[in-house]
Amino acid sequence: MASEAVTITLSVNGEVTTQAVEPRTHLADLLRMRLGLTGTHLGCEHGVCGACTVFVDGATARACLVLAVQADGAVVETIEGLTDAADPTLAALQGAFVARNALQCGFCTPGLLATAVEFLREVTTPSRADIRERISGNYCRCTGYHAIVDAIEDAAARLAGRGPT
Amino acid sequence: MDPLGAIDRPNSYIGRSVPRPNARRLVEGRGQFTDDLPSPPRTVHVAFLRSPYAHARILGIDLDAARALPGVVLVATGADIATVCSPWVGVLTHFAGLKSAPQHPLAIDRAVWLGEPIVAVVAATRALAEDAIDLIRIDYEELPAVTDIDAALAPGAPVIHSALGDNLAFQLRLENGAVDDAFAAAHAVVEDEFVFNRHTAVTLEARTILADYDASENRLTVHQSTQTPYQMQDVYARHFSIPEANVRVVARDIGGSFGMKLHVYGDEMATVALSIMLRRPVKFVADRLESFVADIHTRAHRVRARMAVAADGTITAMAVDDTTGIGPYSAYPRTSAVEGNQAVRLMGGPYAHRAYRGTLKVVFQNKAMMSQYRAVGHPIACAVTESLVDRAAAAVGIDAIEMRRRNLLTDDVYPYTSPTGYVFERLSHHQCLDALERACDYASLRREQQTLREQGVFRGIGLAVFIEITSPGPAFYGVGGAHITAQDGCVMQLDPSGAVRVQVSVTEQGQGTEAIMAQIAASAVGVPMEHVRVVTGDTETTPYGGATWASRGAAIGGEAVLITGRVLRQQLLDLAAAILQAQPETLDIADGLIVDATDGRERLSVAELARIAHFRPDTLPPGVQPQLAAARNHVPRGQAFAFTNGIQASHVEVDIETGFVRLLGHWVVEDCGRLINPLLVDEQIRGGVVQGIGGALFEECIYSPEGQLLNATLADYLVPMAGEMPDIHVSHVTTPTLHSQLGAKGAGEAGTAGAAAAVLNAVNDALAPLGARLTEIPLTPQRILTALGQIQRQSQ
Ligand code: FES
Ligand code: FES
Repeated sequence: MASEAVTITLSVNGEVTTQAVEPRTHLADLLRMRLGLTGTHLGCEHGVCGACTVFVDGATARACLVLAVQADGAVVETIEGLTDAADPTLAALQGAFVARNALQCGFCTPGLLATAVEFLREVTTPSRADIRERISGNYCRCTGYHAIVDAIEDAAARLAGRGPT
Repeated sequence: MDPLGAIDRPNSYIGRSVPRPNARRLVEGRGQFTDDLPSPPRTVHVAFLRSPYAHARILGIDLDAARALPGVVLVATGADIATVCSPWVGVLTHFAGLKSAPQHPLAIDRAVWLGEPIVAVVAATRALAEDAIDLIRIDYEELPAVTDIDAALAPGAPVIHSALGDNLAFQLRLENGAVDDAFAAAHAVVEDEFVFNRHTAVTLEARTILADYDASENRLTVHQSTQTPYQMQDVYARHFSIPEANVRVVARDIGGSFGMKLHVYGDEMATVALSIMLRRPVKFVADRLESFVADIHTRAHRVRARMAVAADGTITAMAVDDTTGIGPYSAYPRTSAVEGNQAVRLMGGPYAHRAYRGTLKVVFQNKAMMSQYRAVGHPIACAVTESLVDRAAAAVGIDAIEMRRRNLLTDDVYPYTSPTGYVFERLSHHQCLDALERACDYASLRREQQTLREQGVFRGIGLAVFIEITSPGPAFYGVGGAHITAQDGCVMQLDPSGAVRVQVSVTEQGQGTEAIMAQIAASAVGVPMEHVRVVTGDTETTPYGGATWASRGAAIGGEAVLITGRVLRQQLLDLAAAILQAQPETLDIADGLIVDATDGRERLSVAELARIAHFRPDTLPPGVQPQLAAARNHVPRGQAFAFTNGIQASHVEVDIETGFVRLLGHWVVEDCGRLINPLLVDEQIRGGVVQGIGGALFEECIYSPEGQLLNATLADYLVPMAGEMPDIHVSHVTTPTLHSQLGAKGAGEAGTAGAAAAVLNAVNDALAPLGARLTEIPLTPQRILTALGQIQRQSQ
């Protein structure tokens, strides 16, 4: 049930914002409905599909499982912010996703990219099995995952200065 | 001019793996899914109270507390909604005898499946609407639920719609050749009962609709996550009595559809009704839990099947009896008879035997509605056929590949009419089989299997030959009375900058429609692809057409774009000839330049031509009227559908202790006719394979006998994850259709059509030395261990 709004202040994509939110509002709804950051998608709202994956304080989190009030004081980065900031890991992945056709409808894509950015920041030469393992929390219903694995492999190689050409 | 000129030219984009121009915005989070669109002023949100019972009479509804909640705008019952929306009946006349009952957006008096919407609450926010739902009190009388397909047909079973007399929605019997004689004379007869459990689409974006009715002009604008905006325009016009020209349906980005987003859903119709009642925008976004109970389900079949085989391995006859449960109504407007109809008509389709009998019963039951989903009927037909082919091969001691080689239709039979009446223009079974054998190195896999068996490791190789129905003509729906067009339209124009704008009726759900149409248009006109802009998905700005389903986009929409592009090209050549005082035949257009046809020398750029035509027509010779736009339509006329074919192989390892299946590899060789963009086709096929594997190993809507859906969350309903999926190797054989200039047939169903069959055969191949065999999917660890005798069969 609705209850008193709580005022929170957080940094989203480098901009500090103060918002009055109901305690039951999750971070994804705050991002989408208040801040217009609709690149964060909702596929299940119960923490399974990964479509809502964003960065909270530098680590990926499922924005449907984080209440907005829990993000008080946090630093949140979404696909829009990382794109605008020209995050090099993200840029390499975006280029590879387009080149490899690693998306069809694109609904899963922002969440997958967030997961992949975090992964490639940690691991520079992942195997295909490593990639598959790491992105298993991000569901894609359109692709066969194969092209996504291809794209992440390519981006890793590019970031490590090994091509692909 | 050579009819394939645009395709074969050196600068043609057709056949090239170019990336999709619209992918960039999706990777930057700039998608425009329906829920991302800015809400118009005064938008309110609807949530639905849904039936907690599979079958219940509604004795009373107390809405007072809900109506009193601040922020609630309207609470409406089924009877309220019915005052503005006429009911529908999901039948078409070409399915003789098909029956269904009138269906309203919300249940009135009686709910017939768990999840059927009963009350709509409109409020300032979705959360408030849900709060109000908690305050509604409904007095139900629970009625006996009919869930089991046999029980539904048994004498004395409760009849879901008493006016229909019984629970049998449709039946069909097909027979060709001397079936009984063939079985009597057979060297061996193999037979099995196959069970395919229900699953559902789980598009990552749920169904979403934003309806905005403007009473001042009697205009309805609907933004909707739908594959078929034109079909929905017609549905809204007819059921809300609004002139069709006043209805606009817009489908921006669609987050997956797979055939699920082309049916009429009560909650979406209610959303439109509420917008009309309230004269303001109303939005509905299904949440994941209601998607499981309200989206169509698919593939609930029980098939008893037999195959007769001669001593030399020749298949001589096949007989199948398919019973499929479709929920309480036949879906509208395409009906729920299509899946079963296609399943029994596709059975045995790749093979040369002439004796075939197929019977079908389509049964009402108190479960979620079931209807068309990607590869309608194909996986059922393929799994039954291919599983029996493997058994027949074993019965006569022939290897699985050799068995298929002996029985597949040979290259000299085309055009060929199948025993069920399908006409195959030309299929390439033997080329595909040979290519697959090489691609997966079949002989090595067999050798490895043998070696590993001796070490107690159980690997299997499964093959699945499939045929795929694509590009349906009017025989599919139109002849049955549905307002579902089989044609597609294209309007193409030259902008003042020299860019080409293509408005086309096929829609994009990620297949790459817009990229493919841009490739075709660029090739047909002779301009760089970057100069082409494709517009889709809006009934107001694109010509009317069938849109995207049944693998028709590239074949039908693509042909419309190709022929329109050729007309525009000729117009531009005529205009250039007038400017250059040359004959049009002496000129050509290539890479955005008007050139001499003989030596390729540049004469004028298309951009300059466009500038003159738009802004300086005074400089043209007298009487010349520049024609800068062209429009054409295309409908398949030569054949009822196109057929494609292919073959898949699955390589698995079964852990006989745990019952887990590890997918080691998957191969597809497929023939979709002219390939327009291999990069896009390959991943679309892989995506189809993964959906097929989902049905084979994981996906199942588990119902209790009372009709409760027990696993309606994404945590409990399993879909394939990256870590479980193998690399999927795709290759192509190309047999263009001669019924169009483009020669494309369609590729959307191919992956899904054969994947489950390949995995089923692979698992059974792995378990063969242990004497275990499965005929029910998904192949869960529990079912595998049961087949192995490791655990006892559960009493159902
Ligand atoms: S929407 Fe958050 S995990 Fe699915
Ligand atoms: S591209 Fe559609 S869900 Fe991944």
